[in-house]
Amino acid sequence: MDTSRYRPKNFILEIFAILLALVFLSPFYLVLSNSVKSLKEILLDAASIPAIFHWDNYSKVWDAIDFPQAFWNSLSITILSVIFIVLFSSMAAYQIVRRPSRFNSFVFLLLVSAMIIPFQSLMLQLVRVTSILELRGELYGIVACYLGFGMPLSVFLFHGFIKSVPYELEEAARVDGSNPYGVFFRIVFPLLLPIIVTVIILNTLWIWNDYLLPVLVIGGNKDLTTLPVAVTKFFGQYTKKWDLALAGLVMAILPILLFFLSLQRYIVEGVTAGSVKG
Amino acid sequence: MRKALQLKRGWGQQIVFLGPCLLFFLTIVVTPFFLGFYYSSTDWNGLDLDKAVWTGAANWKRIFLNDDKFWESLLFTLRFTVVSVVAANALALLLAFLLMTTLKTKKVLRTIFFMPNVIGGILLGYIWQFIFTKGFATIGEITGISFFQLPWLGTPSTGFWGLVIVFVWQTAGYMMVIYIAALAGIPKDLIEAARIDGARAPQLFRSVYVPLIMPAITICLFLTTSNAFKMFDLNLSLTKGGPGTSTQSLAYNIYAEALINNRYGLGTAKALLFFVAVSLITVTQVWITKRKEVSA
Repeated sequence: MDTSRYRPKNFILEIFAILLALVFLSPFYLVLSNSVKSLKEILLDAASIPAIFHWDNYSKVWDAIDFPQAFWNSLSITILSVIFIVLFSSMAAYQIVRRPSRFNSFVFLLLVSAMIIPFQSLMLQLVRVTSILELRGELYGIVACYLGFGMPLSVFLFHGFIKSVPYELEEAARVDGSNPYGVFFRIVFPLLLPIIVTVIILNTLWIWNDYLLPVLVIGGNKDLTTLPVAVTKFFGQYTKKWDLALAGLVMAILPILLFFLSLQRYIVEGVTAGSVKG
Repeated sequence: MRKALQLKRGWGQQIVFLGPCLLFFLTIVVTPFFLGFYYSSTDWNGLDLDKAVWTGAANWKRIFLNDDKFWESLLFTLRFTVVSVVAANALALLLAFLLMTTLKTKKVLRTIFFMPNVIGGILLGYIWQFIFTKGFATIGEITGISFFQLPWLGTPSTGFWGLVIVFVWQTAGYMMVIYIAALAGIPKDLIEAARIDGARAPQLFRSVYVPLIMPAITICLFLTTSNAFKMFDLNLSLTKGGPGTSTQSLAYNIYAEALINNRYGLGTAKALLFFVAVSLITVTQVWITKRKEVSA
Protein backbone atom coordinates (compact mmCIF):
# COMPACT_ATOMS: atom_id res chain seq x y z
CA MET A 1 0.00 0.00 0.00
CA ASP A 2 1.86 3.00 -1.34
CA THR A 3 0.16 6.28 -0.61
CA SER A 4 2.71 8.61 -2.14
CA ARG A 5 3.22 7.99 -5.86
CA TYR A 6 1.06 6.98 -8.78
CA ARG A 7 2.45 3.80 -10.30
CA PRO A 8 1.24 1.22 -12.82
CA LYS A 9 -0.05 -0.80 -9.86
CA ASN A 10 -2.22 2.12 -8.85
CA PHE A 11 -3.59 2.37 -12.37
CA ILE A 12 -4.72 -1.27 -12.26
CA LEU A 13 -6.29 -0.73 -8.85
CA GLU A 14 -8.03 2.36 -10.17
CA ILE A 15 -9.58 0.43 -13.08
CA PHE A 16 -10.73 -2.25 -10.64
CA ALA A 17 -12.24 0.36 -8.31
CA ILE A 18 -14.05 2.11 -11.16
CA LEU A 19 -15.53 -1.20 -12.36
CA LEU A 20 -16.73 -1.89 -8.83
CA ALA A 21 -18.29 1.57 -8.69
CA LEU A 22 -20.12 0.92 -11.96
CA VAL A 23 -21.57 -2.27 -10.48
CA PHE A 24 -22.64 -0.21 -7.46
CA LEU A 25 -24.29 2.35 -9.71
CA SER A 26 -26.01 -0.04 -12.10
CA PRO A 27 -29.26 -0.31 -10.08
CA PHE A 28 -29.61 3.47 -10.25
CA TYR A 29 -29.02 3.41 -14.00
CA LEU A 30 -31.62 0.69 -14.56
CA VAL A 31 -34.25 2.51 -12.51
CA LEU A 32 -33.53 5.88 -14.10
CA SER A 33 -33.44 4.71 -17.71
CA ASN A 34 -36.54 2.55 -17.41
CA SER A 35 -38.51 5.29 -15.70
CA VAL A 36 -38.78 7.12 -19.03
CA LYS A 37 -39.68 4.08 -21.15
CA SER A 38 -43.07 2.78 -22.14
CA LEU A 39 -44.17 -0.38 -20.32
CA LYS A 40 -43.80 -2.39 -23.52
CA GLU A 41 -40.21 -1.29 -23.95
CA ILE A 42 -39.37 -2.15 -20.32
CA LEU A 43 -40.77 -5.64 -20.73
CA LEU A 44 -38.93 -6.18 -24.01
CA ASP A 45 -35.51 -4.96 -22.92
CA ALA A 46 -34.81 -3.47 -19.51
CA ALA A 47 -31.12 -2.87 -20.24
CA SER A 48 -31.37 -0.73 -23.38
CA ILE A 49 -31.17 3.04 -23.54
CA PRO A 50 -34.70 4.43 -23.96
CA ALA A 51 -35.70 4.96 -27.63
CA ILE A 52 -38.23 7.66 -26.87
CA PHE A 53 -38.32 9.55 -23.60
CA HIS A 54 -41.78 9.18 -22.05
CA TRP A 55 -41.75 12.08 -19.67
CA ASP A 56 -45.49 11.69 -19.24
CA ASN A 57 -44.75 8.80 -16.81
CA TYR A 58 -43.63 11.49 -14.42
CA SER A 59 -46.57 13.83 -14.90
CA LYS A 60 -48.98 10.95 -14.32
CA VAL A 61 -47.29 9.95 -11.06
CA TRP A 62 -46.94 13.59 -10.00
CA ASP A 63 -50.73 13.82 -9.86
CA ALA A 64 -51.42 10.27 -8.66
CA ILE A 65 -49.36 10.55 -5.46
CA ASP A 66 -49.96 14.31 -5.12
CA PHE A 67 -46.22 14.84 -5.12
CA PRO A 68 -46.19 18.52 -4.02
CA GLN A 69 -48.29 17.69 -0.95
CA ALA A 70 -46.28 14.58 0.02
CA PHE A 71 -43.00 16.41 -0.53
CA TRP A 72 -44.17 19.36 1.57
CA ASN A 73 -45.30 17.00 4.36
CA SER A 74 -41.95 15.20 4.46
CA LEU A 75 -40.11 18.50 4.34
CA SER A 76 -42.03 20.19 7.14
CA ILE A 77 -41.96 17.13 9.41
CA THR A 78 -38.20 16.71 8.88
CA ILE A 79 -37.30 20.39 9.31
CA LEU A 80 -39.45 20.94 12.41
CA SER A 81 -38.17 17.76 14.07
CA VAL A 82 -34.54 18.50 13.32
CA ILE A 83 -34.72 22.08 14.58
CA PHE A 84 -36.18 21.03 17.93
CA ILE A 85 -33.89 18.01 18.27
CA VAL A 86 -30.85 20.27 17.82
CA LEU A 87 -32.17 22.85 20.27
CA PHE A 88 -33.41 20.55 23.05
CA SER A 89 -30.63 17.97 22.92
CA SER A 90 -27.84 20.56 22.91
CA MET A 91 -29.43 22.28 25.92
CA ALA A 92 -29.83 19.00 27.77
CA ALA A 93 -26.28 17.91 27.01
CA TYR A 94 -24.95 21.27 28.17
CA GLN A 95 -26.77 20.98 31.47
CA ILE A 96 -25.58 17.40 31.96
CA VAL A 97 -21.93 18.29 31.29
CA ARG A 98 -21.79 21.54 33.26
CA ARG A 99 -23.89 20.43 36.24
CA PRO A 100 -22.96 16.81 36.75
CA SER A 101 -25.31 16.10 39.66
CA ARG A 102 -26.26 12.53 40.47
CA PHE A 103 -29.66 13.04 38.85
CA ASN A 104 -28.17 14.43 35.66
CA SER A 105 -25.69 11.56 35.35
CA PHE A 106 -28.58 9.15 35.78
CA VAL A 107 -30.53 10.91 33.00
CA PHE A 108 -27.51 10.61 30.73
CA LEU A 109 -27.14 6.91 31.51
CA LEU A 110 -30.85 6.41 30.80
CA LEU A 111 -30.60 8.17 27.43
CA VAL A 112 -27.54 6.22 26.37
CA SER A 113 -28.92 2.84 27.33
CA ALA A 114 -32.19 3.58 25.50
CA MET A 115 -30.19 3.53 22.27
CA ILE A 116 -30.23 -0.29 22.29
CA ILE A 117 -34.05 -0.51 22.32
CA PRO A 118 -35.25 -1.44 18.83
CA PHE A 119 -38.16 0.60 17.49
CA GLN A 120 -40.27 -2.54 17.07
CA SER A 121 -40.15 -3.11 20.83
CA LEU A 122 -41.90 0.19 21.45
CA MET A 123 -44.12 0.72 18.47
CA LEU A 124 -47.30 -1.02 19.60
CA GLN A 125 -47.38 0.64 23.01
CA LEU A 126 -46.51 3.92 21.30
CA VAL A 127 -49.70 3.63 19.28
CA ARG A 128 -51.55 3.49 22.61
CA VAL A 129 -49.64 6.38 24.16
CA THR A 130 -50.06 8.62 21.14
CA SER A 131 -53.80 8.04 20.97
CA ILE A 132 -54.27 8.76 24.67
CA LEU A 133 -52.34 12.00 24.32
CA GLU A 134 -54.20 12.82 21.09
CA LEU A 135 -50.99 13.02 19.13
CA ARG A 136 -52.16 10.73 16.34
CA GLY A 137 -52.85 12.20 12.92
CA GLU A 138 -51.36 15.54 13.92
CA LEU A 139 -48.25 17.30 12.71
CA TYR A 140 -47.14 18.13 16.25
CA GLY A 141 -47.76 14.51 17.20
CA ILE A 142 -45.34 13.01 14.72
CA VAL A 143 -42.81 15.74 15.45
CA ALA A 144 -43.09 14.92 19.16
CA CYS A 145 -42.32 11.26 18.35
CA TYR A 146 -39.24 12.16 16.35
CA LEU A 147 -38.09 14.36 19.23
CA GLY A 148 -38.37 11.45 21.63
CA PHE A 149 -36.54 8.99 19.40
CA GLY A 150 -33.97 11.51 18.19
CA MET A 151 -32.95 12.65 21.65
CA PRO A 152 -30.63 9.82 22.86
CA LEU A 153 -28.06 9.83 20.04
CA SER A 154 -28.14 13.62 19.69
CA VAL A 155 -27.61 14.26 23.41
CA PHE A 156 -24.80 11.72 23.33
CA LEU A 157 -23.07 13.48 20.42
CA PHE A 158 -23.43 16.93 22.01
CA HIS A 159 -22.26 15.56 25.36
CA GLY A 160 -19.00 14.33 23.88
CA PHE A 161 -18.40 17.62 22.09
CA ILE A 162 -19.30 20.00 24.93
CA LYS A 163 -16.77 18.29 27.20
CA SER A 164 -14.05 19.64 24.89
CA VAL A 165 -15.36 23.23 24.92
CA PRO A 166 -13.11 25.31 27.22
CA TYR A 167 -14.93 26.44 30.37
CA GLU A 168 -12.88 29.67 30.64
CA LEU A 169 -14.92 31.30 27.88
CA GLU A 170 -18.11 30.79 29.85
CA GLU A 171 -16.54 32.08 33.06
CA ALA A 172 -15.39 35.21 31.27
CA ALA A 173 -18.89 35.82 29.93
CA ARG A 174 -20.37 35.27 33.39
CA VAL A 175 -17.93 37.73 34.95
CA ASP A 176 -19.03 40.22 32.33
CA GLY A 177 -22.56 39.85 33.70
CA SER A 178 -24.21 37.44 31.31
CA ASN A 179 -26.88 35.11 32.73
CA PRO A 180 -26.70 31.32 32.15
CA TYR A 181 -29.11 31.47 29.20
CA GLY A 182 -27.07 34.19 27.52
CA VAL A 183 -23.90 32.18 28.10
CA PHE A 184 -25.40 29.16 26.40
CA PHE A 185 -27.07 30.79 23.44
CA ARG A 186 -24.48 33.48 22.69
CA ILE A 187 -21.22 31.74 23.61
CA VAL A 188 -21.61 27.96 23.72
CA PHE A 189 -24.20 27.26 21.01
CA PRO A 190 -22.24 28.95 18.18
CA LEU A 191 -19.15 26.95 19.22
CA LEU A 192 -21.07 23.71 18.72
CA LEU A 193 -21.47 24.27 14.96
CA PRO A 194 -19.43 21.25 13.77
CA ILE A 195 -21.41 18.80 15.89
CA ILE A 196 -24.68 20.61 15.07
CA VAL A 197 -24.02 19.86 11.39
CA THR A 198 -23.49 16.19 12.26
CA VAL A 199 -26.67 16.03 14.33
CA ILE A 200 -28.67 17.72 11.56
CA ILE A 201 -27.38 15.34 8.89
CA LEU A 202 -27.84 12.10 10.83
CA ASN A 203 -31.37 13.05 11.89
CA THR A 204 -32.39 14.36 8.46
CA LEU A 205 -31.40 11.15 6.68
CA TRP A 206 -33.24 9.03 9.20
CA ILE A 207 -36.43 11.10 9.51
CA TRP A 208 -36.79 11.79 5.80
CA ASN A 209 -36.55 8.06 4.97
CA ASP A 210 -38.61 6.74 7.87
CA TYR A 211 -41.60 4.63 6.98
CA LEU A 212 -43.00 2.80 10.00
CA LEU A 213 -43.44 5.69 12.42
CA PRO A 214 -45.50 7.84 10.00
CA VAL A 215 -47.64 4.79 9.18
CA LEU A 216 -48.36 4.18 12.86
CA VAL A 217 -48.70 7.75 14.10
CA ILE A 218 -50.14 9.62 11.12
CA GLY A 219 -52.32 6.68 10.20
CA GLY A 220 -55.37 7.64 8.21
CA ASN A 221 -54.74 11.38 7.95
CA LYS A 222 -54.11 11.78 4.20
CA ASP A 223 -53.15 15.46 4.52
CA LEU A 224 -49.95 14.43 6.32
CA THR A 225 -48.81 11.46 4.18
CA THR A 226 -45.03 11.53 3.79
CA LEU A 227 -43.15 10.74 0.59
CA PRO A 228 -42.06 7.17 1.50
CA VAL A 229 -45.59 6.30 2.62
CA ALA A 230 -47.16 7.80 -0.53
CA VAL A 231 -44.76 5.92 -2.79
CA THR A 232 -45.34 2.65 -0.93
CA LYS A 233 -49.10 2.97 -1.36
CA PHE A 234 -48.66 3.85 -5.00
CA PHE A 235 -46.24 0.99 -5.57
CA GLY A 236 -48.70 -1.45 -4.05
CA GLN A 237 -51.35 -0.44 -6.60
CA TYR A 238 -49.05 -0.43 -9.63
CA THR A 239 -46.88 -3.51 -9.03
CA LYS A 240 -46.92 -4.64 -12.63
CA LYS A 241 -47.04 -1.17 -14.18
CA TRP A 242 -43.31 -0.65 -13.99
CA ASP A 243 -43.27 2.53 -16.09
CA LEU A 244 -45.29 4.47 -13.53
CA ALA A 245 -43.88 2.67 -10.50
CA LEU A 246 -40.31 3.51 -11.50
CA ALA A 247 -41.10 7.14 -12.22
CA GLY A 248 -42.61 7.34 -8.73
CA LEU A 249 -39.47 5.78 -7.25
CA VAL A 250 -37.19 8.27 -8.98
CA MET A 251 -39.30 11.16 -7.72
CA ALA A 252 -39.08 9.86 -4.18
CA ILE A 253 -35.33 9.29 -4.34
CA LEU A 254 -34.30 12.48 -6.09
CA PRO A 255 -34.79 15.02 -3.25
CA ILE A 256 -32.66 13.15 -0.70
CA LEU A 257 -30.07 12.25 -3.35
CA LEU A 258 -29.68 15.93 -4.29
CA PHE A 259 -29.41 16.79 -0.59
CA PHE A 260 -26.61 14.25 -0.32
CA LEU A 261 -24.74 15.26 -3.46
CA SER A 262 -24.78 18.95 -2.56
CA LEU A 263 -23.60 18.36 1.02
CA GLN A 264 -21.69 15.11 0.57
CA ARG A 265 -18.45 16.35 2.12
CA TYR A 266 -20.22 17.28 5.34
CA ILE A 267 -22.33 14.15 5.29
CA VAL A 268 -19.35 11.84 5.08
CA GLU A 269 -17.60 13.80 7.83
CA GLY A 270 -20.77 13.81 9.89
CA VAL A 271 -21.17 10.06 9.57
CA THR A 272 -17.57 9.55 10.65
CA ALA A 273 -17.96 11.84 13.66
CA GLY A 274 -21.29 10.26 14.58
CA SER A 275 -20.01 6.71 14.46
CA VAL A 276 -16.72 7.20 16.23
CA LYS A 277 -18.55 8.74 19.16
CA GLY A 278 -21.58 6.45 18.91
CA MET B 1 -31.38 35.70 50.35
CA ARG B 2 -28.74 35.57 47.70
CA LYS B 3 -28.26 31.87 48.19
CA ALA B 4 -31.99 31.24 47.86
CA LEU B 5 -32.02 33.14 44.60
CA GLN B 6 -29.12 31.10 43.29
CA LEU B 7 -30.81 27.87 44.22
CA LYS B 8 -33.99 29.00 42.50
CA ARG B 9 -32.06 29.92 39.41
CA GLY B 10 -30.33 26.56 39.53
CA TRP B 11 -33.69 24.82 39.49
CA GLY B 12 -34.99 27.14 36.80
CA GLN B 13 -32.01 26.38 34.62
CA GLN B 14 -32.37 22.67 35.22
CA ILE B 15 -36.00 22.79 34.08
CA VAL B 16 -35.39 25.01 31.06
CA PHE B 17 -32.39 23.09 29.78
CA LEU B 18 -33.24 19.51 30.62
CA GLY B 19 -37.05 19.73 30.77
CA PRO B 20 -37.99 19.58 27.07
CA CYS B 21 -35.59 16.73 26.36
CA LEU B 22 -36.82 14.70 29.32
CA LEU B 23 -40.48 15.41 28.54
CA PHE B 24 -40.28 13.97 25.02
CA PHE B 25 -37.91 11.16 25.91
CA LEU B 26 -40.01 9.96 28.84
CA THR B 27 -43.30 10.19 26.94
CA ILE B 28 -42.21 8.66 23.65
CA VAL B 29 -39.56 6.13 24.69
CA VAL B 30 -39.65 5.31 28.41
CA THR B 31 -43.43 5.12 28.96
CA PRO B 32 -44.08 2.77 26.01
CA PHE B 33 -41.14 0.64 27.11
CA PHE B 34 -42.60 0.03 30.57
CA LEU B 35 -46.16 -0.28 29.28
CA GLY B 36 -44.79 -3.18 27.23
CA PHE B 37 -44.42 -5.28 30.38
CA TYR B 38 -48.14 -4.85 31.06
CA TYR B 39 -49.49 -5.28 27.53
CA SER B 40 -47.41 -8.39 26.92
CA SER B 41 -49.64 -10.20 29.41
CA THR B 42 -52.97 -9.10 27.92
CA ASP B 43 -55.10 -10.04 24.94
CA TRP B 44 -55.12 -6.44 23.66
CA ASN B 45 -56.29 -6.45 20.05
CA GLY B 46 -55.26 -2.92 19.16
CA LEU B 47 -58.80 -1.76 18.53
CA ASP B 48 -60.69 -1.88 21.83
CA LEU B 49 -57.98 -0.10 23.71
CA ASP B 50 -59.73 -0.29 27.07
CA LYS B 51 -60.99 -3.84 26.87
CA ALA B 52 -57.60 -5.47 27.09
CA VAL B 53 -57.92 -8.36 29.55
CA TRP B 54 -55.05 -9.61 31.71
CA THR B 55 -54.18 -13.12 30.54
CA GLY B 56 -51.10 -13.80 32.61
CA ALA B 57 -48.55 -15.99 30.89
CA ALA B 58 -50.83 -17.04 28.02
CA ASN B 59 -48.90 -15.04 25.40
CA TRP B 60 -45.58 -16.39 26.62
CA LYS B 61 -46.85 -19.96 26.60
CA ARG B 62 -48.11 -19.47 23.09
CA ILE B 63 -44.80 -18.09 21.87
CA PHE B 64 -42.69 -20.81 23.44
CA LEU B 65 -44.94 -23.80 22.80
CA ASN B 66 -47.12 -22.96 19.89
CA ASP B 67 -45.55 -20.48 17.51
CA ASP B 68 -43.24 -22.11 14.98
CA LYS B 69 -43.31 -19.07 12.72
CA PHE B 70 -41.77 -16.89 15.39
CA TRP B 71 -38.86 -19.29 15.87
CA GLU B 72 -38.47 -19.76 12.14
CA SER B 73 -38.19 -16.01 11.71
CA LEU B 74 -35.67 -15.87 14.57
CA LEU B 75 -33.60 -18.52 12.82
CA PHE B 76 -33.90 -16.68 9.51
CA THR B 77 -32.87 -13.41 11.17
CA LEU B 78 -29.84 -15.01 12.84
CA ARG B 79 -28.67 -16.58 9.58
CA PHE B 80 -29.25 -13.32 7.74
CA THR B 81 -27.35 -11.35 10.38
CA VAL B 82 -24.30 -13.61 10.37
CA VAL B 83 -24.00 -13.76 6.58
CA SER B 84 -24.63 -10.10 5.89
CA VAL B 85 -22.45 -8.80 8.73
CA VAL B 86 -19.48 -10.79 7.47
CA ALA B 87 -20.10 -9.89 3.83
CA ALA B 88 -20.77 -6.19 4.44
CA ASN B 89 -17.68 -5.72 6.59
CA ALA B 90 -15.42 -7.67 4.26
CA LEU B 91 -16.54 -5.57 1.31
CA ALA B 92 -16.29 -2.37 3.36
CA LEU B 93 -12.69 -3.20 4.36
CA LEU B 94 -11.79 -3.99 0.77
CA LEU B 95 -13.25 -0.68 -0.41
CA ALA B 96 -11.52 1.22 2.40
CA PHE B 97 -8.10 -0.26 1.54
CA LEU B 98 -8.74 0.43 -2.15
CA LEU B 99 -9.55 4.06 -1.46
CA MET B 100 -6.51 4.46 0.81
CA THR B 101 -4.20 3.98 -2.16
CA THR B 102 -3.33 6.85 -4.49
CA LEU B 103 -6.22 6.98 -6.94
CA LYS B 104 -7.21 9.92 -9.10
CA THR B 105 -10.92 9.24 -8.76
CA LYS B 106 -10.83 8.68 -5.01
CA LYS B 107 -13.35 11.35 -4.01
CA VAL B 108 -15.90 10.46 -6.68
CA LEU B 109 -15.62 6.77 -5.82
CA ARG B 110 -16.15 7.43 -2.12
CA THR B 111 -19.32 9.35 -2.97
CA ILE B 112 -20.59 6.57 -5.23
CA PHE B 113 -20.00 3.78 -2.72
CA PHE B 114 -21.74 5.77 -0.01
CA MET B 115 -24.73 6.71 -2.17
CA PRO B 116 -27.10 3.76 -1.47
CA ASN B 117 -27.06 4.80 2.19
CA VAL B 118 -28.94 8.02 1.79
CA ILE B 119 -31.99 6.22 0.42
CA GLY B 120 -34.44 4.63 2.79
CA GLY B 121 -34.73 0.84 3.07
CA ILE B 122 -38.29 0.86 1.79
CA LEU B 123 -37.30 2.54 -1.48
CA LEU B 124 -34.19 0.39 -1.85
CA GLY B 125 -36.43 -2.66 -1.62
CA TYR B 126 -38.56 -1.41 -4.50
CA ILE B 127 -35.52 -0.53 -6.60
CA TRP B 128 -34.22 -4.05 -6.18
CA GLN B 129 -37.59 -5.64 -6.74
CA PHE B 130 -37.31 -4.21 -10.23
CA ILE B 131 -33.65 -5.20 -10.62
CA PHE B 132 -34.28 -8.79 -9.53
CA THR B 133 -37.42 -9.37 -11.55
CA LYS B 134 -36.71 -7.36 -14.72
CA GLY B 135 -33.10 -6.16 -14.72
CA PHE B 136 -31.47 -9.49 -13.86
CA ALA B 137 -33.72 -11.36 -16.28
CA THR B 138 -32.69 -9.09 -19.14
CA ILE B 139 -28.99 -9.32 -18.30
CA GLY B 140 -29.42 -13.08 -18.09
CA GLU B 141 -30.93 -13.20 -21.57
CA ILE B 142 -28.14 -11.09 -23.04
CA THR B 143 -25.18 -12.77 -21.35
CA GLY B 144 -26.55 -16.24 -20.74
CA ILE B 145 -25.03 -16.30 -17.24
CA SER B 146 -27.22 -18.54 -15.09
CA PHE B 147 -26.69 -16.38 -11.97
CA PHE B 148 -28.93 -13.72 -13.50
CA GLN B 149 -31.55 -16.20 -14.63
CA LEU B 150 -32.43 -17.51 -11.18
CA PRO B 151 -35.97 -16.87 -9.91
CA TRP B 152 -34.57 -14.27 -7.54
CA LEU B 153 -37.59 -13.48 -5.39
CA GLY B 154 -39.39 -16.73 -6.11
CA THR B 155 -37.69 -19.28 -3.83
CA PRO B 156 -36.75 -19.19 -0.13
CA SER B 157 -33.00 -19.52 -0.71
CA THR B 158 -32.71 -16.98 -3.53
CA GLY B 159 -34.95 -14.62 -1.55
CA PHE B 160 -32.52 -14.93 1.36
CA TRP B 161 -29.53 -14.11 -0.84
CA GLY B 162 -31.47 -11.32 -2.53
CA LEU B 163 -31.94 -9.63 0.84
CA VAL B 164 -28.27 -10.18 1.66
CA ILE B 165 -27.17 -8.60 -1.63
CA VAL B 166 -29.28 -5.49 -1.09
CA PHE B 167 -28.26 -5.14 2.56
CA VAL B 168 -24.57 -5.44 1.70
CA TRP B 169 -24.92 -3.02 -1.22
CA GLN B 170 -26.52 -0.51 1.12
CA THR B 171 -24.33 -0.93 4.18
CA ALA B 172 -20.81 -1.43 2.81
CA GLY B 173 -20.36 2.23 1.85
CA TYR B 174 -21.26 3.49 5.31
CA MET B 175 -18.84 1.11 7.02
CA MET B 176 -16.20 1.96 4.42
CA VAL B 177 -16.31 5.60 5.55
CA ILE B 178 -15.69 4.56 9.17
CA TYR B 179 -12.86 2.20 8.18
CA ILE B 180 -11.22 4.90 6.04
CA ALA B 181 -11.23 7.27 9.02
CA ALA B 182 -9.60 4.57 11.16
CA LEU B 183 -6.99 3.64 8.56
CA ALA B 184 -6.10 7.30 8.05
CA GLY B 185 -5.38 7.55 11.77
CA ILE B 186 -2.66 4.88 11.76
CA PRO B 187 0.81 6.45 12.11
CA LYS B 188 2.78 6.02 8.88
CA ASP B 189 6.05 5.15 10.63
CA LEU B 190 4.44 2.07 12.18
CA ILE B 191 3.70 0.68 8.73
CA GLU B 192 7.20 1.63 7.57
CA ALA B 193 8.75 -0.15 10.51
CA ALA B 194 6.76 -3.31 9.89
CA ARG B 195 7.77 -3.19 6.22
CA ILE B 196 11.43 -2.84 7.06
CA ASP B 197 11.10 -5.78 9.42
CA GLY B 198 9.98 -7.74 6.39
CA ALA B 199 6.22 -8.01 6.90
CA ARG B 200 4.36 -8.81 3.70
CA ALA B 201 0.80 -7.80 2.82
CA PRO B 202 -1.13 -10.60 4.58
CA GLN B 203 0.98 -10.34 7.72
CA LEU B 204 0.81 -6.55 7.63
CA PHE B 205 -2.96 -6.80 7.44
CA ARG B 206 -3.33 -9.35 10.23
CA SER B 207 -0.72 -8.11 12.68
CA VAL B 208 -0.66 -4.34 12.11
CA TYR B 209 -3.79 -2.99 10.45
CA VAL B 210 -6.45 -5.13 12.12
CA PRO B 211 -5.30 -4.63 15.73
CA LEU B 212 -4.92 -0.89 15.15
CA ILE B 213 -8.37 -0.38 13.64
CA MET B 214 -10.06 -2.62 16.21
CA PRO B 215 -12.15 0.26 17.65
CA ALA B 216 -13.58 0.86 14.17
CA ILE B 217 -14.23 -2.85 13.78
CA THR B 218 -16.13 -2.82 17.07
CA ILE B 219 -18.30 0.06 15.89
CA CYS B 220 -18.92 -1.35 12.43
CA LEU B 221 -19.80 -4.79 13.74
CA PHE B 222 -22.13 -3.23 16.28
CA LEU B 223 -23.89 -1.10 13.66
CA THR B 224 -24.21 -3.86 11.06
CA THR B 225 -25.27 -6.48 13.60
CA SER B 226 -28.01 -4.37 15.11
CA ASN B 227 -29.19 -3.13 11.71
CA ALA B 228 -29.28 -6.61 10.20
CA PHE B 229 -31.03 -8.04 13.23
CA LYS B 230 -33.64 -5.28 13.14
CA MET B 231 -34.19 -5.43 9.39
CA PHE B 232 -37.75 -4.38 8.58
CA ASP B 233 -38.21 -1.82 5.77
CA LEU B 234 -36.18 -3.80 3.26
CA ASN B 235 -38.02 -6.98 4.17
CA LEU B 236 -41.40 -5.31 3.76
CA SER B 237 -40.76 -3.83 0.34
CA LEU B 238 -38.51 -6.46 -1.25
CA THR B 239 -39.96 -9.87 -0.39
CA LYS B 240 -42.86 -9.15 1.98
CA GLY B 241 -41.45 -12.11 3.92
CA GLY B 242 -42.19 -14.43 1.01
CA PRO B 243 -42.44 -16.78 -0.69
CA GLY B 244 -44.78 -17.92 2.09
CA THR B 245 -43.13 -16.74 5.29
CA SER B 246 -39.70 -18.12 4.38
CA THR B 247 -37.89 -14.76 4.44
CA GLN B 248 -39.81 -13.18 7.29
CA SER B 249 -37.52 -11.26 9.62
CA LEU B 250 -38.21 -11.08 13.34
CA ALA B 251 -39.18 -7.41 13.15
CA TYR B 252 -41.57 -8.15 10.31
CA ASN B 253 -43.09 -11.06 12.26
CA ILE B 254 -43.90 -8.73 15.16
CA TYR B 255 -45.39 -6.17 12.77
CA ALA B 256 -47.51 -8.80 11.03
CA GLU B 257 -48.72 -10.30 14.31
CA ALA B 258 -50.00 -6.97 15.54
CA LEU B 259 -51.12 -5.09 12.48
CA ILE B 260 -52.31 -7.92 10.25
CA ASN B 261 -53.55 -10.49 12.80
CA ASN B 262 -54.61 -7.78 15.27
CA ARG B 263 -52.90 -9.49 18.19
CA TYR B 264 -51.24 -6.51 19.82
CA GLY B 265 -50.79 -8.23 23.18
CA LEU B 266 -48.97 -11.15 21.62
CA GLY B 267 -47.02 -8.75 19.41
CA THR B 268 -45.89 -6.81 22.49
CA ALA B 269 -44.68 -10.00 24.15
CA LYS B 270 -42.67 -10.85 21.04
CA ALA B 271 -41.33 -7.30 20.93
CA LEU B 272 -40.09 -7.69 24.50
CA LEU B 273 -38.27 -10.90 23.59
CA PHE B 274 -36.91 -9.11 20.54
CA PHE B 275 -35.46 -6.39 22.76
CA VAL B 276 -33.78 -8.98 24.98
CA ALA B 277 -32.30 -10.74 21.94
CA VAL B 278 -30.98 -7.52 20.37
CA SER B 279 -29.38 -6.44 23.65
CA LEU B 280 -27.80 -9.83 24.31
CA ILE B 281 -26.34 -10.13 20.83
CA THR B 282 -24.98 -6.60 20.51
CA VAL B 283 -23.64 -6.37 24.06
CA THR B 284 -21.85 -9.73 23.68
CA GLN B 285 -20.38 -8.68 20.36
CA VAL B 286 -19.13 -5.33 21.70
CA TRP B 287 -17.71 -7.06 24.78
CA ILE B 288 -15.79 -9.58 22.66
CA THR B 289 -14.34 -7.09 20.16
CA LYS B 290 -13.57 -4.51 22.86
CA ARG B 291 -11.21 -6.98 24.53
CA LYS B 292 -9.22 -7.16 21.31
CA GLU B 293 -8.62 -3.42 21.13
CA VAL B 294 -5.07 -2.17 21.56
CA SER B 295 -3.63 1.32 21.45
CA ALA B 296 -0.88 2.41 19.09
